[in-house]
Amino acid sequence: MNELAQRLGEYRGEIVTSIVETGAMLGWALLAAVLIGLPMGTGMYLARRGGPKERGWLYSGLNGFVNVVRSVPFLLFVVALIPFTRWAVGTSFGTTAAAVPLSFVAVALYARWVEQTLVDIPRDTVELADSLGANTFQLVTRFLYPEARSGLVLSMTTVTISMISYSTIMGVVGGGGVGDFAIRYGYQRYEYDIMYVTIAVIVVLVMLIQTFGTRLSMALDHRSR
Amino acid sequence: MSPVDPAPAATLTDPLLRVSGLKKSFGDNEVLRSIDLSVQAGQVLALVGPSGSGKTTVLRCLNGLEQPDAGTVEFSEGPAVSFTAKTTRREKESLRTRSAMVFQGYNLFPHKTVLQNVTEGPIQVQKRPKAEAIAEAERLLERVGLAEKRDDYPHQLSGGQQQRVGIVRALAQQPALLLFDEPTSALDPELVGDVLTVIKELAEEGWTMVLVTHELAFAREVADTVVFMDGGVVVEQGPAQDVLRAPKQERTRAFVHRLLNPF
Repeated sequence: MNELAQRLGEYRGEIVTSIVETGAMLGWALLAAVLIGLPMGTGMYLARRGGPKERGWLYSGLNGFVNVVRSVPFLLFVVALIPFTRWAVGTSFGTTAAAVPLSFVAVALYARWVEQTLVDIPRDTVELADSLGANTFQLVTRFLYPEARSGLVLSMTTVTISMISYSTIMGVVGGGGVGDFAIRYGYQRYEYDIMYVTIAVIVVLVMLIQTFGTRLSMALDHRSR
Repeated sequence: MSPVDPAPAATLTDPLLRVSGLKKSFGDNEVLRSIDLSVQAGQVLALVGPSGSGKTTVLRCLNGLEQPDAGTVEFSEGPAVSFTAKTTRREKESLRTRSAMVFQGYNLFPHKTVLQNVTEGPIQVQKRPKAEAIAEAERLLERVGLAEKRDDYPHQLSGGQQQRVGIVRALAQQPALLLFDEPTSALDPELVGDVLTVIKELAEEGWTMVLVTHELAFAREVADTVVFMDGGVVVEQGPAQDVLRAPKQERTRAFVHRLLNPF
């Protein structure tokens, strides 16, 4: 055990670097999820059949994008996206490049969650906003998002946790991160104890994120308290 | 303002609302087959009739929640919209601002406080000054006895209180016409009275209303005109006393008899 602690001490620099890398990849992916996935999911909700602003072609397009991104096995997706990544950020290797495919998946995942969360809002709410004379922008920002906010927070929590999992394989394109650290030291150098310690750290991290998300969501929910 | 004398609509001129030839189908189901109505300013019109007769659909068409297939909806000093031709968005908006709806299921926003539920329309949609909208909302809540509930959330209120908030919200939109869609049918019987009292006071103040209701005794008391609908047509209309006490049509007679003698 002392020997493990000593080795962990030696790798301190690498551990800090890998945590920063994971943070950067997650940061970009989640930023993309909010800035692109949220409007995309909202568009899917509005444009879907029977939605407030039914537009078949728009729904088919967005729905197709989400389905394709979510159905390609992630490792293949990362590799297949390399030409795009190189075009978008100038390189296909490193933490920033790794954030590109992660962002795609985060956008698609969150868009789907947003759509489903909004579908669950009682029809009364849409009807009432309509009766008050709200336009589409007001419907979304003043009525749908406030009513859906606890669900939107919970689904962002789920997306964050999925992204931690996805980010662990980004070593294949030099993305680094805690997952890559665990693979390199734990698997490739047979230091299994290091790997298990890393996994334990990730599990604790996920539990913390989930607890935070659940608490925040409950604090925002006024339906029953 | 005192209640306007009940008089047959036909003898008065320039109604506040005139509806003619209103038609609406949902797929193959023809819900409204040419409805004609008119409401004088300050009058209360009660729409009665069996379930599925199209009463609620009439209200929803007036409030822009449904798009009629044909017909004209015309407000005095306001828009006249013909749905027979293609309607513009602006026409529909203008129609919607003339009326406000009180829903059967209250339809309050569960994540907004009582005050926010009332002021959201005026502040966000109508762009009225915030302080003014809040002062108005507080005054209206006060008069229905809910001033101290302003910061509560809907689930903390009883059904009767929620519906009174629903009424206040409609009033806060400053409509020319109030629409009530079976405002008491979702309430426990002992809570119905509070809501009906508020509606009756509004009628006495001179608000113009269209009221869909199954409470015939109440309709007889507050309504000036009663319109009996069945199967998407107006079967009989006239002064409340006549239609509800001495219906001319057999279908109306059967309906009134069934509601007054359920067993």
